[in-house]
Amino acid sequence: MSREFVEGAEALARAAIDAGCRFFAGYPMTPFTEVLDHMAEKLPAAGGVCINAESELEAVGMAWGALATGARAATGSVGQGLSLMQESFSEITRAELPLVVFNMARGQSDYFQSTRGGGHGDYYHIILCPIDIHEAIDHVHLAFDLADHWRNPVQIYGDYLLGHTWESVDLSPRPSAPLPPKHWALDGSLNGTGRARNINSLGMTKGAKGIDPESFWNRLQGKFRRIQSAEARIETEFTEDALYIAAAFGTAAKFVRHVVREMRREGYRIGYVRPITLWPFPADAFKQAARGVREVGVFELNGGQMIEDVRLSLLGDAPAVSIGGISSDTSGFGVGSLLNTARIREILERNYARVAARRAA
Amino acid sequence: MSVIDTTRPPSEPARQKWDTRPKLLIDGDHDLCPGCGEPIALRCMLEVIDEMGLSQSAIGAVGIGCYTALTSLLDTDMVQCLHGRAPSVATGIKRMRPQSLVYTMQGDGDMVNEGLQEIIHSAARGESITCLLLNNGVFGETGGHMTATTVIGQRTKNTLEGRDAAYHGHPISMTDLLTPLGGVGYVARSTVTTARDIQRTRRYFRKAFETQVAGKGLSFVEVLTMCPTGWFLPVQEGPSYLNETMSPVFRIGEFKVDGQIFTPGA
Ligand SMILES: Cc1ncc(C[n+]2csc(CCOP(=O)(O)OP(=O)(O)O)c2C)c(N)n1
Ligand code: SF4
Ligand SMILES: [Mg+2]
Repeated sequence: MSREFVEGAEALARAAIDAGCRFFAGYPMTPFTEVLDHMAEKLPAAGGVCINAESELEAVGMAWGALATGARAATGSVGQGLSLMQESFSEITRAELPLVVFNMARGQSDYFQSTRGGGHGDYYHIILCPIDIHEAIDHVHLAFDLADHWRNPVQIYGDYLLGHTWESVDLSPRPSAPLPPKHWALDGSLNGTGRARNINSLGMTKGAKGIDPESFWNRLQGKFRRIQSAEARIETEFTEDALYIAAAFGTAAKFVRHVVREMRREGYRIGYVRPITLWPFPADAFKQAARGVREVGVFELNGGQMIEDVRLSLLGDAPAVSIGGISSDTSGFGVGSLLNTARIREILERNYARVAARRAA
Repeated sequence: MSVIDTTRPPSEPARQKWDTRPKLLIDGDHDLCPGCGEPIALRCMLEVIDEMGLSQSAIGAVGIGCYTALTSLLDTDMVQCLHGRAPSVATGIKRMRPQSLVYTMQGDGDMVNEGLQEIIHSAARGESITCLLLNNGVFGETGGHMTATTVIGQRTKNTLEGRDAAYHGHPISMTDLLTPLGGVGYVARSTVTTARDIQRTRRYFRKAFETQVAGKGLSFVEVLTMCPTGWFLPVQEGPSYLNETMSPVFRIGEFKVDGQIFTPGA
């Protein structure tokens, strides 16, 4: 293993290229811009194409076309740009194309946008939410593999902190499994046989007149249920005898995990839970981890979004209380004053004391 | 005028419908209206691809309009795109498969209303794709509403007294917008109202695809198509209405060939 000191945005781009990504299109917006910069610089040398699209609408369209040929392709943006891409996201999902999306969010305000599909229709994207660059590199490889395996878009939910932190990581090339056969990819070979391919979001096939939206829709829902039972991932620490659990996601969880470890060393019966996949949300494992706890504190830097999934997971076993909040720097990039271990320590101590006192009473 | 001799059997046996069918068209019914110009334009394009021996490399990106229903008969690999977004999808296809013949098919509502920036940007980028605009001056599919190419005075569902420049604005000519762009190699406009026009349309398609094969930039063919339903006219009046109302505004001819700008008729 060889380690090097790399900034997050560069690590994401290099991991994507190593994972076989050969097409990338994007439109600048901080902190996604930095990923785009590295792709523009490095992808052509790897035999790929990176287009500086004229808009997010066009970036996602270009990725759609590239995916249709069977190539590994990706795009990305920030919440605003992803909002523009939503019409295409939902159709690409229904067309079952393996898109990878780099969401370099401005903080944690876009949990709903990512986990609820975001666009029209009845669909989900797999959302991988790394805590640090080391995990993000694994997630990039995983994202392309899962996208191909499930024929479903996969999003990496990163942020400014992930893109701009430097870490010592291993970026040496990984052996790549052969790409799964893509019988559906367009190459013109079936033209004129009556069976040419039609990549569409309605379940249309050549030769068959009309569509059957209901059975197509049901088939997709079946796939989402299988993804839910197969792909939920979670990280937990010290939950066995915990009285209180602090839950967090993404880079903010790194601060929370640090504080929980510190408090554990000092004898607090506190545990830590982090959903690694925001969708599918690891509901069963979360419920399991929270068995016997008196309260779950949800530390997220927004008005309270993930807490809905936490409550749906706990199903009333324990109360979930919001302990994060809105916290932003003046630039709006989402690195606010709550991202501070001293403040988190103070929040956790206060809530722990309240719960412990209630137990004693 | 030659008179057909009916006293003897013809020298050639009668041909079956499928003998004249282009290889890239699946034999079957389509759902478009009688007198619609769109199937004629599509057939012209598919015939030309066949004739050029490029059947096995054609890949389409199709927009949303009445022509979308034709895709069940269209036997080339394709992506069904969103309304307005075909040129970007075609860009992605072509960049990953430069050896393929990539075409887009869009209507005026799709290309000139919803997705105008897509075609302009793809053209300026000089994407090596061929873009077909089926221009009937209305949203045929939604029932005959005004588009960005509806000509002044034309009656549509939402311009019942005719398009009024002062109130509804002016139509956009795509050939005017695309011709000056550096990335564009070929620009032409035709119709399908007569056999002669159909032959010209086929000629333009051939030149457009030749432009793509030669890598000389984006090629663009606009075909004015009849929409008797959306124009609220009897089927047989479609061609003359087109010739009288649309053709004077949207001039027929080639505007750019091999990157050289022309003025048709000049
Ligand atoms: C985003 C979006 N808005 C609106 C529509 C509804 N719609 C479907 S077809 C169409 C107009 C098509 O017009 P045109 O491209 O000119 O094709 P035509 O029907 O005339 O052949 C519209 C507005 C849509 N499908 N998607
Ligand atoms: S409404 Fe117009 S464009 Fe649509 S199928 Fe009928 S004639 Fe053709
Ligand atoms: Mg139209």
